[in-house]
Amino acid sequence: MDLNELLAQGRGRRSLLQAMGVAAIGISFGGLAACSKGEGKKLANGEEAQLNFYNWDTYIGETTLDDFKETTGVDVKMDLFDSNDVLFAKFKAGNPGYDVIVPSNDFVERMARAGMLLPIDQKQIPNMKNIDPAFIDVDYDKGRKFSMPYTWLTLGIGYRKSKVKAKPDSWKLLFDSPEYAGRISWLSEAGDMFRLYGKYLGKSVNALTPADIATIEAMMIKQKPNVKNFHSDDGQDLLMKGDVDLVLEYNGDIAQVMAEDDDIDFVVPKEGSQLNSDNLCIPKGAPHPKNAHAFINYLLDAEVDKKITETILFPTPNAAAKALMPASYKNNPVIFPPADVLAKCEYAAYNAELQPLYEEAFTRVRAA
Amino acid sequence: MAEQDWKQNKRVFAAVSLPTLFWVTIFFVIPMLIVWQYSFGEKVGETGFEFSGTLDNYKRATEWLYLTIFGKSFAVAALVTLICLIIGFPVAMAITFASEKWRPWLLLGIMLPFWTNLLIRTYALMMLLGTQGYANKGLGALWEGTSWIKTLAGLQPLPTWEPVQLLFNNFAVVFGLVYVHLPFMVLPLYAALDRLDRSLIEASLDLGAGHFRTIMRIVVPLAAPGIVAGVMITLIPALGAYLTPDLMGGTDSQMIANVIERQFKKANDWPFGAALSFLLIYAMFALIAIQSMRKKVPEAP
Repeated sequence: MDLNELLAQGRGRRSLLQAMGVAAIGISFGGLAACSKGEGKKLANGEEAQLNFYNWDTYIGETTLDDFKETTGVDVKMDLFDSNDVLFAKFKAGNPGYDVIVPSNDFVERMARAGMLLPIDQKQIPNMKNIDPAFIDVDYDKGRKFSMPYTWLTLGIGYRKSKVKAKPDSWKLLFDSPEYAGRISWLSEAGDMFRLYGKYLGKSVNALTPADIATIEAMMIKQKPNVKNFHSDDGQDLLMKGDVDLVLEYNGDIAQVMAEDDDIDFVVPKEGSQLNSDNLCIPKGAPHPKNAHAFINYLLDAEVDKKITETILFPTPNAAAKALMPASYKNNPVIFPPADVLAKCEYAAYNAELQPLYEEAFTRVRAA
Repeated sequence: MAEQDWKQNKRVFAAVSLPTLFWVTIFFVIPMLIVWQYSFGEKVGETGFEFSGTLDNYKRATEWLYLTIFGKSFAVAALVTLICLIIGFPVAMAITFASEKWRPWLLLGIMLPFWTNLLIRTYALMMLLGTQGYANKGLGALWEGTSWIKTLAGLQPLPTWEPVQLLFNNFAVVFGLVYVHLPFMVLPLYAALDRLDRSLIEASLDLGAGHFRTIMRIVVPLAAPGIVAGVMITLIPALGAYLTPDLMGGTDSQMIANVIERQFKKANDWPFGAALSFLLIYAMFALIAIQSMRKKVPEAP
């Protein structure tokens, strides 16, 4: 039997295959439509009982989402991202269907400026009263038009106590000294690295100039042979595994591994550091804005945020929740650095002109 | 019924090629055109883009900084390909000459790593190579053992063991890339060697050529198409390697794909990232063109 005969025979089948193809497309479209409609169950606020939450990893309480479902009936679907850049790149082409996102302070500013966020209706967030007033009128979002604070955090040096001669309380050891050559890991975020070098040089993180960037670039190239690698916010794992002994990381990340390994400690260098704050926002095009407001309000509840904080061990801006926490948290110098050091720490503002310069200079440092 | 040329039956030809054409157009040509268009534009504000036909992105992409990174990526990829060829050729020969019973198992052994995600394989390799990893533990144990034997023999013990730095440097990147790309080299080599007429090898040996001479003068020239295919299929993905240098590299291990990634994410400069991507694609096209031109040269008998 040759091919022509086979094809002649198969003619009837091909139309069947075509029909099946059409059916398959129909099914997949039908499926999508079914998805977006949910189970058709409507809440009192007129929205379906669904919420899509885009969050960082290890950044929510163990039962928070289930508890929310029990209280309100709303099903929360959580996806994870690992950097603000991923978040921004994903929303650049339009909202892929999320209701609540958790950008850091500089990205709140950037996304608000780009018109990517919905204004928050504060009447729907009565639990805003729980927030420490210091976190309400912040530079990156005056009066909290677009965001509600979720956590705050600071960069510093995580280290293995048995491998250092003294407490590494200066950026010098990481940035400008061969003392711990080959045992240092830097953060791979260009902007953060340049701003912290600025701190080491006694400048404000928001007052760097292109000339400063050139100076810092030369210092980085000089220090680079002493650095083992650039990590992408997994420095706590490198420290745990013993690959490096000093790592530039966020306080909460180190606090989480300190619970497992008591040879690890964290210090905010005496020159001061950069603060960050992660915020709950509603992106433009959110399918369930009312649920989103209800969810944000729920997360700001004192008891709820207490449970979250017990798991994630980051400093909380929620004064009411902090009051409920045990002394071992409130007095933990890793989670809450001493006031004199904290006074020298600053939030970094988003700077559209400098960001590409940081990136290109860091590419040169890596290539040198 | 008489044999028919495929191309004469246009409907059959169309039926067979249309789905493929459709697929390539929708999922390759159109997305690539969009990225190509990006490379001739500039970004407006935070999220906007304007096609202006500018060549500035290419001008920046061909600055010395980026050319050296391209050069370095090419050198790393070439080294990886060479090591893969040196290791892969004997492996492919061994599989070809293995008994019928063993051959499927050996081939399975080569393909087995493909069943595991690249990310998981890379992390496994990192566990192996780390300062406290198994490779260092094994070497450390050997070192301690030698030291102990020396003290038994009444000699000075060796100095304390210092772990070898196997991870987070260029060695780790090349090692990781060879590990990942070796199957790509072995499979085309095996396909070429398997087709080889063994009587030619016997004739060569009968006529007095040694084993090495037979391999170099008979086997290698006959396997040349397989070698070229293997080199291409290893070199091109190695040139665009992203994950391995990112996870296993040290402070100076960035390759061009890492720079491109940062343009799309951190620098938020898609037009420039698109221009860098297209320079890489042009380089790959050039490699493929060289290969196909080579095929047109009539082969000497």
